[in-house]
Amino acid sequence: MEEFIEVKDVYFQYEGTEGEDSSAFALNGVNMTINKGEFVAIVGHNGSGKSTLAKHFNSIYLPTTGDIFVDGINTKDDDRLFEIRKKVGLVLQNPDNQIVAGIVEEDVAFGCENIGIPSKEIRIRVDNALKAVDMYDYRTHSPDKLSGGQKQRIAIAGIIAMEPECIVLDEPTAMLDPQGRDEVIHTITELNRNMGITIILITHYMEEAVLADRVIVMDSGNVLTSGTPKEVFAQVELLKQRRLDVPQATELIYKLAGCGFELPKCVLNEEECVQALIKYCSLQKKNG
Amino acid sequence: MSVVRAENIRFVYGGGTSFEKTALDDVNFEIEEGEFVGIIGHTGSGKSTLVQLLNGLIRPTEGKIYINGKDIWEEPKKIREVRFKVGMVFQYPEYQLFEETVYKDISFGPKNMGLEQDEIDKRVRSAAEFTGLREDQLESSPFELSGGEKRRAAIAGVIAMDPDVLILDEPTAGLDPLGRDALLSQIVDYHKVRKNTVLLVSHSMEDIARIADRILVMSKGKKWMLDTTHNVFSRGKELENIGLRVPQITKIMMMLRQKGINVDPTVLTVEQGFNEIVNYLS
Ligand SMILES: Nc1ncnc2c1ncn2[C@@H]1O[C@H](COP(=O)(O)OP(=O)(O)OP(=O)(O)O)[C@@H](O)[C@H]1O
Ligand SMILES: Nc1ncnc2c1ncn2[C@@H]1O[C@H](COP(=O)(O)OP(=O)(O)OP(=O)(O)O)[C@@H](O)[C@H]1O
Ligand SMILES: [Mg+2]
Ligand SMILES: [Mg+2]
Repeated sequence: MEEFIEVKDVYFQYEGTEGEDSSAFALNGVNMTINKGEFVAIVGHNGSGKSTLAKHFNSIYLPTTGDIFVDGINTKDDDRLFEIRKKVGLVLQNPDNQIVAGIVEEDVAFGCENIGIPSKEIRIRVDNALKAVDMYDYRTHSPDKLSGGQKQRIAIAGIIAMEPECIVLDEPTAMLDPQGRDEVIHTITELNRNMGITIILITHYMEEAVLADRVIVMDSGNVLTSGTPKEVFAQVELLKQRRLDVPQATELIYKLAGCGFELPKCVLNEEECVQALIKYCSLQKKNG
Repeated sequence: MSVVRAENIRFVYGGGTSFEKTALDDVNFEIEEGEFVGIIGHTGSGKSTLVQLLNGLIRPTEGKIYINGKDIWEEPKKIREVRFKVGMVFQYPEYQLFEETVYKDISFGPKNMGLEQDEIDKRVRSAAEFTGLREDQLESSPFELSGGEKRRAAIAGVIAMDPDVLILDEPTAGLDPLGRDALLSQIVDYHKVRKNTVLLVSHSMEDIARIADRILVMSKGKKWMLDTTHNVFSRGKELENIGLRVPQITKIMMMLRQKGINVDPTVLTVEQGFNEIVNYLS
């Protein structure tokens, strides 16, 4: 597997915060690798450093100490900032902050214009991106008059249109309805599978994190644990201690297994949960 | 008598312009005193518009809103009083914080109500405690708080006005799972002690299922249904058609039932599901 982003011993202190101890740092010696084409979910309590880290991936913030490499380029390399921003697109946590134009399609085109895409090409990309997030009908509307969820999808369209190699999404579904969440997640999994785009998804919804290839758990500015969704979500007690949770399906099977029923260690979704229970029932029947 | 009544409500944004948008159309419902009502609906279905109408922040294009039987726009000059009775925590309430200290922020509402200093102080402290803010945080600037703490401060500011009707528009979006659970149980506890009416807008079916007595379902600017939580979540297929769904635990029970496992398919919490299955297996 080819490495795409490498985070090496990164510490980060916000300007204006004081002190030398770990609580003064938003990032506390983070090490991680994101591979090309991978779909990674990052979870962690409020204030654990997820957004701070995300803004390091495309050079909005630079490490106080340590280094980050994007496709081999050090994010501190000023001369190559343009290249980094072209490679890594970031959808910010609050969509209100990133709406810049008075009309939806202009807003979606903004990023493309910034990286010098010809206007004919932009037209096609913007239309496709708006369709991908199901907001094509709103292309001539004013973004500030849209609902919270609609704004969120416009912001995502703007990044999709830039066709970056890697998309970082900071809680893209926090304000969406269940179907809107499914649509966004479906869109990003398609981008990942069909176009090989590397996806880094920051989320508080554990049902979304289980869909990733790998889950990274942040805690107080550091990586607490990481692994496949099965490996991470089997640690129900640890996650609960760190202000996190598991999907209801996972919790149900975990509780039943805790009462002595012989069930798998970890299921991730309703299908796996139902399958496990049915298998258990038919075994019971066989054994009388 | 119902505490909140909406009668033939229609609301149009940008009336008369080329951007005219009907956000609500022919909405009718009644909510009884002391109820805990969840409001769900796809994005853009009109939830935020509706709750802003209920507290008099915007005025219906057509129709009437009654609070405790009184048409709130009968005397437009007195609309401020409605906002004391119907307290509202907005979507993204952290942007409503603007004072130098958290204490001042929470006391803003009660002060405007013209309460005595002693009473204000009492209310600020108990509201802070209810929402889980620490005593020492009252003196810090609201901008030094984490996202979740800012949210708590905004909620405390509304609770300090002790409104008869408390409306919260997606209060837990963006909170970590523990923060979400803690905040919701604080709201439920407050509701139990105060016996006030609570309206809570959320996109989390799991959260709504756990705490609401009844659910108002909105779709495309119309009331789709107002019924008990149990009845709303027994209509899984139809909910999916309007962008919603049942909680994951309910889905699991429905699937088990379809596979011939005889469990109650309408459970609403993991706890209930667990008990059903343990009963079935034993
Ligand atoms: N602009 C800032 N100035 C000073 N401190 C900040 C700033 N932004 C964030 N912090 C602090 O840095 C830490 C990490 O914040 P960050 O926003 O990265 O957390 P997060 O994991 O994204 O949290 P959430 O889940 O609430 O979005 C927190 O302690 C936060 O208070
Ligand atoms: N200020 C405004 N001007 C014009 N149209 C608006 C305005 N605010 C909202 N709308 C439109 O009115 C409709 C209802 O919006 P509203 O914000 O009430 O939805 P919502 O159900 O709260 O959505 P969400 O779940 O995304 O918060 C949407 O189609 C939206 O685009
Ligand atoms: Mg964040
Ligand atoms: Mg809303």
